[in-house]
Amino acid sequence: MKLHPMIAALRRHKAGVVLIALQIALTLAIVCNAVFIIGQRIERVNRPTGLVEDNLMLVSQGWVGAPSGDQPGDVEKLDSLLQADLAALRAMPDVESVVPINSLPLLNSSWTGSVALKPGSDLRAGNARSVYYFGDEHLLKTLGLKLVAGRGFTAADVQNRGFRDSGTPAVIIVTKALADKLYPKGDALGKAIYLDGGSSPSTIIGEVERLQAPATGSWVNGFLWNATIEPFRLNANFSRYAIRTRPGRLQAVMHAVPNVLYGVSRMRVLDDDSVKSFAQIRQEAYRSDVGMAVLMGVVCLILLGVTAAGIVGLTSFWVGQRHRQIGVRRALGARKIDILHYFQMENLLISGAGAVIGLGLAIGLNMLLMKRFEMDRLPVLYVLAGIVAVMALGQGAVFAPARRASNVPPVVATRSV
Amino acid sequence: MFAYYFELALRSLKRSRGLTLLMVLAIGFGVAASMTTYSVFRAVSGDPIPWKSSKLFVPQIDMWGPKARDPNGDPPDAMDYADAMALMRAHRARYQSAMYQISPSVVPADASKHPINVSGHAVFSEFFPMVDVPFKYGAGWTADDDTQRSAVVVISSKLNDKLFGGQNSVGRTLDIEGKDYRVVGVTDHWNPQPRFFDVVNTGGFTDGAEDVLLPFNRAIDVGMPNNGNTNCNEVPKESGFVGLQHSSCVWMAYMVQLDDAAAVQAYREYLDGYARDQQKAGRFGWAPNNRLRDVPAWLDAEHVVPSDTKVSLLVALGLLVVCLVNTAGLLLAKFLRRSSEIGVRRALGAQRSAIYAQFLTEAGIVGLAGGVLGLLLTGVGVASVGWVMPKDIASLARLDVSLLAITLLVAVVATMLAGLYPTFRASRVQPAWQLKSN
Repeated sequence: MKLHPMIAALRRHKAGVVLIALQIALTLAIVCNAVFIIGQRIERVNRPTGLVEDNLMLVSQGWVGAPSGDQPGDVEKLDSLLQADLAALRAMPDVESVVPINSLPLLNSSWTGSVALKPGSDLRAGNARSVYYFGDEHLLKTLGLKLVAGRGFTAADVQNRGFRDSGTPAVIIVTKALADKLYPKGDALGKAIYLDGGSSPSTIIGEVERLQAPATGSWVNGFLWNATIEPFRLNANFSRYAIRTRPGRLQAVMHAVPNVLYGVSRMRVLDDDSVKSFAQIRQEAYRSDVGMAVLMGVVCLILLGVTAAGIVGLTSFWVGQRHRQIGVRRALGARKIDILHYFQMENLLISGAGAVIGLGLAIGLNMLLMKRFEMDRLPVLYVLAGIVAVMALGQGAVFAPARRASNVPPVVATRSV
Repeated sequence: MFAYYFELALRSLKRSRGLTLLMVLAIGFGVAASMTTYSVFRAVSGDPIPWKSSKLFVPQIDMWGPKARDPNGDPPDAMDYADAMALMRAHRARYQSAMYQISPSVVPADASKHPINVSGHAVFSEFFPMVDVPFKYGAGWTADDDTQRSAVVVISSKLNDKLFGGQNSVGRTLDIEGKDYRVVGVTDHWNPQPRFFDVVNTGGFTDGAEDVLLPFNRAIDVGMPNNGNTNCNEVPKESGFVGLQHSSCVWMAYMVQLDDAAAVQAYREYLDGYARDQQKAGRFGWAPNNRLRDVPAWLDAEHVVPSDTKVSLLVALGLLVVCLVNTAGLLLAKFLRRSSEIGVRRALGAQRSAIYAQFLTEAGIVGLAGGVLGLLLTGVGVASVGWVMPKDIASLARLDVSLLAITLLVAVVATMLAGLYPTFRASRVQPAWQLKSN
């Protein structure tokens, strides 16, 4: 098939061609970036936290009128309140293990600092930034963390301290990511490191495979997998307990926990948000990411629908306009398939031109998003897939009107209007 | 004449129903997507206190020095206790208040009810006139209550409904953390979004309430700890909440009211003078590097509007543009198909302007129909943003009269703009050409 007559014909309705090409270009630019956003959000939501998330729940509560922690003896009073709660929770029939903990991954309540290989480094500098988790010897078991080197905490390692007091643990467990950052040769186990610019050493006695930071914001991206676990029960006028239940008994335990705790003491605050399954924590943490992905998905669908409909509409118009010419071609010996191919080829030309412009627009839009909104660079693969998709969309949309054109009988040529 | 064009347009639109439906759908969806995301954007980027946001300022003092500055060279965005108290004592602004976020428990008088958790702020008396807190009953406390460390409290109307059945509770007592406080005021549905006076601790938008406002000095005295962020440049040397007050950690918000440019200038000079004094005293080892931003500039610097909201709006506007390009293409096809009709009209003496009027009327009708569809879809969209946006933000998006009006206006104006070129082409149709061939 010769392209020359086709291009000559397209020149006769420049405006329509330009509008369709422009529409395809804009669609390509937006869809590429929107699909990229969707892909990134899905990747973000699917990254594993390092926990075994089934049958895991968190209780956050506060004691009314509890000591502030500033007077002598306050911390011990708070610790006895904590111990009483722990004993009651551990005695529950469906509970496998309980750990008092300051936070959990995805909870967006963070304690961060820095770790250093040498004593007395600046607090903000250090060799690596890290988030801190505080818990007792039940932490690894309760969260379901996978120990890849060394050992977990024993009861003898665990101490208690005031929430706002400083204190350095003799032993710590770190994530493999943090261990490898500090000791790239992989020999971190048994080494002493210094927390928060302190001067007393903490020995790494264990490494866990993976443990995500509590925060989900972009500020934590640089040290998302750097976690340090300290063997402390933190004492404040509030507490959090992570609870692992027997398989399938999560709902029952969630339901029973408030009464068990009120049974220990009524002077406490337990509200609607106090007892949460980890699934709820995950859902809340990623709500906006899932929402953004859904929104982008809806926009893409509308865009593709509108563009496809636009192509159908405009091509139908052109078919109607060229009714007689098609009849003449058919009368002169063109087969039905030739007419079909003509319109398909024409659409391919227009879509191709649109895709080329769209390629530039997609990259331009991505650069704007990178500059203004901290987006990542759009991989070429997305753009190529986008080009293939809009070309396929164009072919799909043009098929119905093109077939109608190919069914124009040759006899039309002999009729005058 | 308009009625005639209206009738012509309706006839023409009826003639090709598929094409008309396509245009209406495209405009409806495009407008609805843009308006839904715009309603969210409008909700989060609005000025929370438009009548005086340009008079309210947030001072920042560089108490940590060059190493801790952010990439723009800005000092910490919150205050440490020592500097906040020094600024309060100097009292150089019309109104000022240091404040920190609290989350105490309230014990209901009815012993059968469990204690509840409330959230709020510890503030100074000048906070109330400064941010124009509206009162349902009573008022804020006085400067005397600040100095005497009175056990008084301002509660929200919501908490008042819960604890006192919505009655005037001024003078009644409330048990907060086991201590009695006298209610002096009940705020009137006050829930500013974003929380411009404490962006650092709320992140701007919050689904929490300002249930209790307590005198700052009193809260410090009873050791009511802060419930927000604490950021430290070095580990506090002492322990507990008192240790935090003696440390250089930042955990407080601070706001001042400055009524005119001269006052702003004077306050800037005061801040620089204060930093220089600290430098001379050996506490700061660097030159003054303070900031004093009014509320809009502060919200901008703190990136209060989530970037997701802006990206959504941008993408939805892109969608609207595509829908309009689509409509322009279809209108072009539709109008040019009627070249012979235009030729006849022109040959019979119709002016170009008449052609313009006729076809723009038709575009306007398509836009109006698209706008009505868009209104319905925007309603659906705004109702379902709760499903795709964070709770604290989604609850702010509302469908109101102005949004409805904007939706219709955008639909009609945009469609008529899209119809301009096709109309221009229609008006250029040569009558002789059309008449000859037939």
